[in-house]
Amino acid sequence: MDSDNNKPGNARTRRRYTTTRRLDKMFVELASVYRFIARFFKEVWFPPYEIKEFIKQCYEIGVRSLPLISLTGFIIGIVFTNQSRPSLADFGATSLLPALISVAIVRAMGPLVTALIAAGRVGSSIGAELGSMRVTEQIDAMEVSATNPFKFLVVSRVLASTLMIPALTMYTTLVSLLGGYLNVHQNELTTLTTFFYQVFDAITFLDIIASSVKSVIFGFTIGMVGCYKGYNSSKGTEGVGKAANSSVVTAMFLIFIEELLIMQVINAIRAF
Amino acid sequence: MQAKETNPNIDLTEKVISIKGLKKAFDDFEVLKGVDLNLYKGENLVVLGRSGTGKSVLIKIISGLLQADEGDINVLGKDVGKLNSKELDALRLKIGFSFQNSALYDSMTVKENLEFPLVRHSKDMTADDRDRVIRFVLEAVGLSQAINQMPSELSGGQRKRIGIARTLILKPDIMLYDEPTAGLDPITSIEINKLINEVQRRFNTSSIIITHDLTCARAVGDRVVMLLDGQFQRQGTFDEVFATDDERVQSFYNYNFID
Repeated sequence: MDSDNNKPGNARTRRRYTTTRRLDKMFVELASVYRFIARFFKEVWFPPYEIKEFIKQCYEIGVRSLPLISLTGFIIGIVFTNQSRPSLADFGATSLLPALISVAIVRAMGPLVTALIAAGRVGSSIGAELGSMRVTEQIDAMEVSATNPFKFLVVSRVLASTLMIPALTMYTTLVSLLGGYLNVHQNELTTLTTFFYQVFDAITFLDIIASSVKSVIFGFTIGMVGCYKGYNSSKGTEGVGKAANSSVVTAMFLIFIEELLIMQVINAIRAF
Repeated sequence: MQAKETNPNIDLTEKVISIKGLKKAFDDFEVLKGVDLNLYKGENLVVLGRSGTGKSVLIKIISGLLQADEGDINVLGKDVGKLNSKELDALRLKIGFSFQNSALYDSMTVKENLEFPLVRHSKDMTADDRDRVIRFVLEAVGLSQAINQMPSELSGGQRKRIGIARTLILKPDIMLYDEPTAGLDPITSIEINKLINEVQRRFNTSSIIITHDLTCARAVGDRVVMLLDGQFQRQGTFDEVFATDDERVQSFYNYNFID
């Protein structure tokens, strides 16, 4: 029986071979990701600094995301307030709405919603752009003209994403709170001053720090995943599509994992 | 189809590229099986061969984009395989690489494409100096009017010309052309062939031209080598290469010039 299993073409041997190949591929991919991230941290400190490209990417990632972020943030603020009201109304506690909105948006929804929208808009755009540059040999062209394409394309985009996502998160949080205020003002006639007094009363300095740290990590993740997928995309137009798609999927997956882990750490710090 | 007159300025005593025993495989597929090659100063060397025979791999190894599995690759006196990244970059400044699909940066205008290497490697240049150099190379490739256009607004032939202009801007000693006439109509191909000869004459470059277009090979090559089964099987002038009974060589000729 054993000797049968070792025969080439035997089903069990083939399955074992396929599993081994998949494991090999996974470890090779992990090593490649590690090298990519290590290269970023190695190259980010030393000149030449691609300032012009960095500013251009800040504009692309930050300013051009504003319309989508504004609309989404505003609607989320209104909807969340509207959906929370009945539960609080059952206890006659609608006066706690500003505090509830504040805690939910500042601690979780602001960073998470911004990161997910950015993963869709920015991550896919970076993945597709670098993927298409790889396929059309533009990255090779930079390399043969003695320009470091990693520094020009990857470092500038990851830095821009790491810087702009926290800024967008602050903006989304503010816009969501404004959406929440409009809803609360319309229903409970709460003034702006009272609303924001309750908002800031409900959150702590740790909440703001945690939210900022989280969005920095999300921004880094979105930029890094988009760049990695695009920079290493396989040949052909199919590869560009795959790079764009997997940039979004992988970034979103990692964002949820990071959210979960960071939340545990922050809760531990809070308890301490 | 007129054969090119051999360039009288070729210096047969000075090798700018010397390759010995070059081998390269991708997984189990051995593409180059021990290639030997010399490129002399001022010479236009055409590498002929069918698609997938490793012609482009050869020039990618020369420019350091790919690493050889075995063999010595000596470019302008430097052993490419033993250079660190700084030394390789310094060598690359002396090599111009014209890509098959031009590889122009899509998000930049023609001027920005040409400025890209200048800004990084000629830091002592003022903006006016850069403008002057850009206009000079654009004039050399006959596309002065395209300076503010985007690559997407250019035709295939114009993109090739701008690609060549971008490589010329750093005044390379060696030019590597990857399928310069691929995908172009016959008239544009003839214009590109003339441009390759013009670049050789005006900029005093030594070039390797990778192609499977025999019209191009005859028009630009001072010497032609033919890559068959991972090795250079034939070399000499265009007519010498095809003066053989070898079926593989003859069929290559016949398919290009089928009556």
